[in-house]
Amino acid sequence: MTHHLEDQSRLTTTRGKFGPYGGQFVPEVLMPALAELEAAYAEAQADPAFEATLLNLLNTYVGRPTPLSFAARLTDYLGGAKIYLKREDLAHSGAHKINNALGQALLAQRMGKRRIVAETGAGQHGVGTATACALLGLGCVVYMGRVDIGRQQPNVFRMQLLNAEVCPVDSGSRTLKDAINEAIRDWVTNVETTHYLLGSALGPHPYPTIVRDFQSIIGREARAQILAAEGRLPHLLIACVGGGSNAIGLFHPFLGDDEVEMIGVEAGGESIASGRHAARFADPQRARVGVLHGTRSFVLQNADGQIMETHSISAGLDYPAVGPQHALLRDQGRVIYTHATDHEALAAFHLLAKLEGIIPALESAHAVAEVVKRAPRMSGDQILIVNLSGRGDKDLDTVMKASAPG
Amino acid sequence: MTGIERITNSFQPRRPAFMPYAVLGYPTPELSLQVVQALVAAGADLLELGVPFSDPLADGPTIQAATQGALEKGVTVADCIAMVAALRARGVETPALLMGYVNPILAYGIQRFVADSAQAGVDGFIVPDLPPEEAGELEVTCHGQGLALVYLLAPTSPANRIRLVAEKSQGFIYLVSLTGVTGARYALSPSLADFVGRVRGVTRKPLAVGFGIGSGDQARAVAQLADGVIVGSALVQRAGRSIDEVHKLATELREALDLAAGSTPTG
Repeated sequence: MTHHLEDQSRLTTTRGKFGPYGGQFVPEVLMPALAELEAAYAEAQADPAFEATLLNLLNTYVGRPTPLSFAARLTDYLGGAKIYLKREDLAHSGAHKINNALGQALLAQRMGKRRIVAETGAGQHGVGTATACALLGLGCVVYMGRVDIGRQQPNVFRMQLLNAEVCPVDSGSRTLKDAINEAIRDWVTNVETTHYLLGSALGPHPYPTIVRDFQSIIGREARAQILAAEGRLPHLLIACVGGGSNAIGLFHPFLGDDEVEMIGVEAGGESIASGRHAARFADPQRARVGVLHGTRSFVLQNADGQIMETHSISAGLDYPAVGPQHALLRDQGRVIYTHATDHEALAAFHLLAKLEGIIPALESAHAVAEVVKRAPRMSGDQILIVNLSGRGDKDLDTVMKASAPG
Repeated sequence: MTGIERITNSFQPRRPAFMPYAVLGYPTPELSLQVVQALVAAGADLLELGVPFSDPLADGPTIQAATQGALEKGVTVADCIAMVAALRARGVETPALLMGYVNPILAYGIQRFVADSAQAGVDGFIVPDLPPEEAGELEVTCHGQGLALVYLLAPTSPANRIRLVAEKSQGFIYLVSLTGVTGARYALSPSLADFVGRVRGVTRKPLAVGFGIGSGDQARAVAQLADGVIVGSALVQRAGRSIDEVHKLATELREALDLAAGSTPTG
C-alpha cells in the first residue's frame, strides 16, 4: 500500500489532476458527493481493516491471485518473445471488473449507501457490479445502451439473475457513453442514498485514482509472479484501452521500472480513416483534448465539440474518451498507444482459442492482436506480458455473426 | 453598462424576475427566435438560451430531445451566437445568458467564445458542468469583458460550497431547486425554503431558482422565497407545439409572479 501511495503523489496533483488532464467537471449537486467519496476513500486507505476485508474477498471469493500463464504454443507460433498471459479472465464473474466493483461496493457500505448505480458497455462491469451487490446485499441498477443490450444478451441475463435491474438507454448512440450519461442522471437525482460505481479509470476525480488503485492488484500480482517465474522483470506489457482500467491496473505498479515498456491498444474499429473506430490517440482529426463525463482528456468529437459516436466490435472499448492518466502517460512517452482493428481482434480471438485453449473477450483480443504484431520482432530471451482482461463467452454470438460466410 | 450590471439590474425589489429558458435552434433556428420574442412579449426579465450539446447530463428528457433536435438540424455554437445577434437586431433588449456545457465552449476556444458572444450581445453564461474550481480561464475572460459567469448551487451544497459560489457567481446565483435533472415536476421540494434561507444567510446577490418549475402556482410559491424564477422544460415542451402555446404559458407565469409580488399583473 505504501508503495503505491508514493506513486500516486508522483502522478496526481491537487484535485485529481494528471498533468493538464482529469479534474471535476460535474454539476454542482455532485461536488459534495465527490468530496464525500474522496474522504471515505482516504479513510478506507488508512484503515488496515478495509484492506484486509477487500483482500480476503479477492482471495476467497474472486479467486485471486489470478494465474500468470506461460503461452507456450503462442510463443512457438509467433517465434519471438516469451509470452505470458495475465489471466483476469479467470477472476470470478469473468473479467478484471470485479476487482474495482468489490472495492467500491465496500466503500459504498462504509458511506452507508445501500443503492448502487452503474453503467456497462460489454456487460462485464455490470456483471461485476451486480455480483458485488448480491454478495454484500446492496441494491443494484445498471444502465446499458440498447445497442449493447442487443449484442451482449448473455450478460444482460446474468445481471438479472444476480438481482440487478438492467435499464435500457435509448438516447444518443445507445452505447456506453449514453449509459454513463443516464447513470450520472440517476446519481444526480438519488445522490443522498446512492453510490455511483463507475467502472473505468475515468470520470471526475477521485474515480480515476480509486479505480486505478483497485485495479493495480493486477500489476502487483503480475510483477511478483514474473519475478518468481523468470527472476526478472518483463520487457513489455500490453493491454487494451477503452476507458483504460485493466491497462492502468497492469501498468501502474511497473511505472517506476524504467526498463519495462508498455503498449496500450485502442479499438481501431473498421479503420482509422473510416472514422468508424474508438481510437482516441490515433486520430488527431477527430480526437482533441476536451471534457466528457467529468474529466478532461482526449475525446473523439466533431469540430463543434459535439461528442462523436464510436464504433468497435467490442462493446467494452466502444467509448469516445480515454482515462486522464493514460493521456498524461502518452504525453510523457511512458506508454505507447496503438490500435487494432475489428478484423485484427477477431483473428487474434481465434488464434488464442486454437493455440492456447482460451477464448478471450473481444476487448482483450485487441491486446492479443498487438502481441501478434510485436512478439515476432522481439528476441527469444525477451518477456512479454499481455493482460487477458476478460473471457469471451459473452462474445460468442458476435463472433459467430462476424465469422459467418457472406 | 456591462453584462453583469444589466443582469443584476433586472432583479428589482418587490418584482420577482421571470427568466424563461429556450433552446436555440429548436424547433428550428427561425422558430426558436420567435419563441424568444414571444417570451419577451410575455414579460421576460432575463433570457436563458440553451446551446445544444450531444451529452447534456444535467438535463431531463424534454431538454435532451429538444437539444438533440437542434443538433440534427445542424445547429452549431457559432449559429447560437449568431442567433443572439439576430435577436438584438430584431430589437430584443432583454439581458441574455447562454447556457451550455463546457466541451463545445472549449472546442470553440474560450477567448473567441467570450469575445464573439460579447459582440453578439450576450450578457453572461451558465455552464452546468463547470464548478468554480475548474472555471479559471473562462471566469477571468468573462470578467475581462464585464460578462457574468453564473454558478449554481444545489440542495446538497454544504456551507463551504455556498460561501465559495456566493463569492464567485456574478449577476445572480442559480439555485437548483432539487437533486435531479431539469424537467417539470408535480411538486416543489419541501426543503426549498430552508435551502434558499441558507444561501440568503451568506450573500446579498440575487437568487434565482430553477429546475422542476412548470406552473403558475409553483412559480408563485418560488417567488415568495427567491428573487427570480427560471422555467425551462415546461416552456420547451410548448415550443415544440406552437409559439402561441409558449406565449400563453409565459404570460401565465408572468402573472403568477406579479401576483406573488402583490403588484398589478402586466399581462
